[in-house]
Amino acid sequence: MSTEHTKSGTLFTPWNILAGIILAAGVVATIMRFTMGIGSVTNLSDNNPWGIWIGFDLLCGVALAAGGYTTSAACYIFGFKRFHGAVRPAILTAFLGYALVVFALNYDVGRPWRLPYPIFYQQGTTSILFEVGLCVFIYLTVLFLEYLPVALEWKRGFDKYRGILIKLTMGLTIFGVILSTLHQSSLGALYLIVPSKLHPLWYTPYLPVMFFMSSMFAGMSMVITEGTISHKYFHHKMDGEYNEGYLDLQFAFAKASAWVMAGYLAMKVLGLAMDNRWPYLFTGYGAWWLFEVVGFVVLPCYCYAVGYRDRNIGLVRVAAPWTVIGIMLNRFDVSLIAFNWQLPSADRYFPSIGEITISLFVITLGIIAFRFIVTRMPIFYVHPAYKDSSH
Amino acid sequence: MKRRHFLGLLGAAGVTMGTGVSAQAASSADVKGLPNAGGVLFDATRCIGCRKCEAACNQVNELPKPAKAFDDLSVLDTIRRTDAKTYTIVNKYVPEAGKPPVFRKSQCNHCMEPACASACFVAAFKKTETGAVVYDESVCVGCRYCMVACPFNIPTYEYDKAFTPRVMKCTMCYPRLLEGKLPGCVEACPKEALLFGKRRELLNIAWDRIGGTPGRYVEHVYGEREMGGTSWLYIAPKPSFAAIGMDENLGTASAPELTSGALAAVPAVAGIWPVLLTGLYAITKRKDKIAEAEKQAAVAAAIATASADAAAKLSEELAKAEVANKRRIEVEVTKALEAAAKAAEEGEDA
Repeated sequence: MSTEHTKSGTLFTPWNILAGIILAAGVVATIMRFTMGIGSVTNLSDNNPWGIWIGFDLLCGVALAAGGYTTSAACYIFGFKRFHGAVRPAILTAFLGYALVVFALNYDVGRPWRLPYPIFYQQGTTSILFEVGLCVFIYLTVLFLEYLPVALEWKRGFDKYRGILIKLTMGLTIFGVILSTLHQSSLGALYLIVPSKLHPLWYTPYLPVMFFMSSMFAGMSMVITEGTISHKYFHHKMDGEYNEGYLDLQFAFAKASAWVMAGYLAMKVLGLAMDNRWPYLFTGYGAWWLFEVVGFVVLPCYCYAVGYRDRNIGLVRVAAPWTVIGIMLNRFDVSLIAFNWQLPSADRYFPSIGEITISLFVITLGIIAFRFIVTRMPIFYVHPAYKDSSH
Repeated sequence: MKRRHFLGLLGAAGVTMGTGVSAQAASSADVKGLPNAGGVLFDATRCIGCRKCEAACNQVNELPKPAKAFDDLSVLDTIRRTDAKTYTIVNKYVPEAGKPPVFRKSQCNHCMEPACASACFVAAFKKTETGAVVYDESVCVGCRYCMVACPFNIPTYEYDKAFTPRVMKCTMCYPRLLEGKLPGCVEACPKEALLFGKRRELLNIAWDRIGGTPGRYVEHVYGEREMGGTSWLYIAPKPSFAAIGMDENLGTASAPELTSGALAAVPAVAGIWPVLLTGLYAITKRKDKIAEAEKQAAVAAAIATASADAAAKLSEELAKAEVANKRRIEVEVTKALEAAAKAAEEGEDA
């Protein structure tokens, strides 16, 4: 059982073939994008300057990488030591997630080589995007430092540096929570500037708070989902500590998610009540809003709650990917579906094959990097040389 | 009467203080009240849709020639928007069937507190003293948040350029303004549908026209307060601005006001979280410490009780053993003595 995934003779597994096709298509689209301009591969227009490279790669990417700060905060700050085994996979997922967000941004912005400008050259401090950029830049650095001990355990001989990093854990964790609070909410705040373009059911002054709250259960749901999938494919890599805490963690995160989702739902309803936006519920967009809120907040929240109460791990594992899809749906609604709602349908945006290809390409790179790291480095187990370490 | 007057003043002071504070939070306060800011008044009742302004703009700004010539008025049959090769366009609307069409020019409105400038994370946009909002392509990253942010859908992008894509929009002919010339479109307009001047004076003219011909105009100067006010002002014939494709629900809050709350939350979050989280960590740690201490105390107590019991039992056993031993010795001694006595008796007998 133990090494059949890494040592299987053939390279042509169905997954590898699919990954190969996506990578090849991605390389073609990349060359087109950087030689012929953004217009050659996207359906972006003057009315729709942001497509799925922002709506999916950035907004969903950042929300779903929130497992890093939620898990490390739970373990190190709130003292749930049982979750210790889950911290490393969560940090790795977050680090790769953010790295890919930044990578994908290079496709979307017109002059990617100037991406450091807002930080190092000329600061547009009135911009919410400036805050997002600065926080993501610093947080990516924090995640890298949090991940680094793993790499230093893999390539031995850096115990001194590893020791320094381990001592920084608490500081980095607190820093991570601050930065995450700021940029997760700022992604919602990006849309505060467009009251006339975003549909009233989604436009509310609470957008920043809602984005932050939803990032919490997005992160926790991703940790549950990712853990379940990893268990299937990397079980042979997992040690006793990871496996002992694993079920406990899934139940605890199910409970926490259910509570945060209930709070989030309250905010959603409050947003309607504050400005008396109820009448919009009886329009086409209202039906879609109900589909999002009932179908992807209320129902998975209920499944989480019942799954926790009945100790039904199967139900929890259904609720988790369901919630993840719900988060994607919400980010798509804000950035694409309910955005520019007053434009005639001919002027509305739908992603091109090229844009979808690049997004799949980025996800595939992430999965490959994840697989490379967990099959080689101590992610799901404690390195024998550091058995006594608490990190 | 006096009291009401006083309360009104108080309220006004409150409002100005409130807006002043919120605008300053996003640090665009310097834009407010530019004394000599210029602007343009567009009067839709005078525009005849001749496209002379489009042609002038194209020439003055050295933009690429369009597919159809500027004197071809058939392009007016479809609604257009500005693009990377066109800073301004005129559209034709028919607000009421059977009545003559109304033409409306559109271009950058040069907001008093521009959403594009507020949104730009490299500060590539700037509201100048002349009233013009200008763009500096030498710092632009190409994120296109300005295009997302603009409530009038004005900035456009050179999507087809691989290495030097720019955001393109009307500059109010900023270079010409610096030379003391009029914007190209204003100069070219044959019907004086466009009027350049100081914004304050243009507002007076606009209201005079509205008041001077009752029933002709919508009683509103578009741009006076929309999104915090714009340097371009519009007056239009009845029935409405919506009928000529203008959004009447933009509200009066400027872009910086919309985002200042979120920006103001940054120091709060950065200040409160570390204290709160360190506190939580300290509580958790202290709980752990207390639990650990309690555990150790319990173990020590248990050990102490157990060892005391053991000692007592031991000494008891020892005492018992001693007694038993004594008896055994006594028995043995008695036996020995008896045996000796017996032996002595036998010896005497012998």
